[in-house]
Amino acid sequence: MTGPESSGALERRRVRVARGFSRPRGGSRTFNTAPHPFQRRSSTPWLYLAPALVVLGGLLAYPIYQLGLISLFHYTQAQVSGGEPTTFEGFGNYAELFRDEQFWQVLLATVVFAAACVVCTLAVGCALAVLLTRVRAVPRLALMLAALGAWATPAITGSTVWLFLFDADFGPVNRVLGLGDHSWTYGRFSAFFLVLLEVVWCSFPFVMVTVYAGIRAVPSEVLEAASLDGASQWRIWRSVLAPMLRPILVVVTIQSVIWDFKVFTQIYVMTNGGGIAGQNLVLNVYAYQQAFASSQYSLGAAIGVVMLLILLAVTLVYLRLLRRQGEEL
Amino acid sequence: MSLVSRDGKPRVNPVRRFVRRPGRLAAESAALLIAAVVAFPLYWMVLSAFKPAGEIESTEPRPWTLAPTLDSFRRVFGQQEFGRYFLNSVVVAVAVVIASALIAFLAATAVTRFRFRLRTTLLIMFLVAQMVPVEALTIPLFFVMRDFGQLNTLWSLILPHIAFSLPFAIWMLRGFVKAVPEALEEAAYIDGASRARFLWQILFPLVLPGLVATSVFSFISTWNDFLFAKSFIISDISQSTLPMALLVFYKPDEPDWGGVMAASTVMTIPVLVFFVLVQRRLVSGLGGAVKD
Repeated sequence: MTGPESSGALERRRVRVARGFSRPRGGSRTFNTAPHPFQRRSSTPWLYLAPALVVLGGLLAYPIYQLGLISLFHYTQAQVSGGEPTTFEGFGNYAELFRDEQFWQVLLATVVFAAACVVCTLAVGCALAVLLTRVRAVPRLALMLAALGAWATPAITGSTVWLFLFDADFGPVNRVLGLGDHSWTYGRFSAFFLVLLEVVWCSFPFVMVTVYAGIRAVPSEVLEAASLDGASQWRIWRSVLAPMLRPILVVVTIQSVIWDFKVFTQIYVMTNGGGIAGQNLVLNVYAYQQAFASSQYSLGAAIGVVMLLILLAVTLVYLRLLRRQGEEL
Repeated sequence: MSLVSRDGKPRVNPVRRFVRRPGRLAAESAALLIAAVVAFPLYWMVLSAFKPAGEIESTEPRPWTLAPTLDSFRRVFGQQEFGRYFLNSVVVAVAVVIASALIAFLAATAVTRFRFRLRTTLLIMFLVAQMVPVEALTIPLFFVMRDFGQLNTLWSLILPHIAFSLPFAIWMLRGFVKAVPEALEEAAYIDGASRARFLWQILFPLVLPGLVATSVFSFISTWNDFLFAKSFIISDISQSTLPMALLVFYKPDEPDWGGVMAASTVMTIPVLVFFVLVQRRLVSGLGGAVKD
């Protein structure tokens, strides 16, 4: 980002002046986002954005609006089939939800489960990324390919395969561990643990590959200096790599939080729709079950809105972190 | 950032150079062991798909089989309209990948190469849109699809998936579009290229690696989806997709494990092939997108 760009910026400024451009918005921006001759007609970006905005407006924004709307009405099977008129309930559905003990239980389970998944995924992913940098090509290729395989596996097949591995009767894991016909999906915590294993298995590769790519970009002098000063591997990670990789770590952490908070397929398939008496429900599955299994569309929508708000809060934290790093959008 | 050095130069691993020798042996055995553990579920899946029924439903499972058979695959392919399901899945995934890549490319160009009112607001909206839990929107989308008469059609799967893969695709492509030097753009205009020509003949090929990395995500999320297929394809099963075919074998109380594993194998292979094909670009693409 030095020589050619800055001369390009100069030239660009000249062109701009020649064509009588006004000052760019946000004048303190760096040169590589400065306007260029292309920007003559301000309608052009909107032309490019039009398809995206149409699709997102119709299939994302409008459904979100509908979701909010449904959550304010009394909406069950009778209303869907047109048998009864829809009645406005205001925040009645939310009041009902917040009074419901199961909702709080599910919310707590979701937060704890997502947190555990995120921590495990990041720990495994980062540790393996560091490991990748310490081995020669063959073990590295083996680990990379295995990880890509896990990454590529569809959630639904991953779920059934892990279920089969831990099957009480025919699974190899119980044989190896000598657990007899112990059922992993019967107990609440062991079922959650099993799902956690699957989630970590299929999501650590993203962290590993990304962090590995980041480490490769760290100048070798820095690491050499650290090791000459006698720093241990852990010390190098904590004091050199982690701070340098901070932007990448923020991205993978937030991405993991979002993915793991929304886990649906694994819970739905592995615990057969939320476990015995709903003991393994997470918010996402809970909303779906309320809506489509119990036909309580408005309650399901209200849960959806709550999830949306929680994830919005996470997003705001993310944006603040990005801002603090001085990254420009 | 790929497994193999792209420019052909021997790559000196910066971290490795300072590692003391005895540590490396331990690290390499650990790496191989972990690779085996990570790959084991996939191995078991393929193995079980080829095992005869008696060996699958055995209380002494062995990690090999001496009598591989295609019985389970026959059951899967013999299932009514399995080929149709497979084709539907492919059609939906390909349509989503192409459409979202093109739309996201245009949008990413708009938000990185232009400055206009609401630009930052839009970017934040794209970021926020990624957080939207797809599953929660099943309820309103169901009504939208019903109102437009699209239930039981492939459109009810294609359109929502395009919408849900767009925000992430735009967000990721930003870095790639930004990385193309503006001097190139100026040179193109000085040489008299039209805006469309620059867009499709210069910018598009340069951003292609990024598009590939992005398409991995839209392909996977579309290929894997079973919630929309389950919710929107309710009566016309000829419009159903692969995950539904898999679930036919998976009955919680009495699963046909051989069938499930064979169907899982059939469903996983296209994704694996896709991944292996784009692996290099994916790794470098991710590095680029994150470093930005």
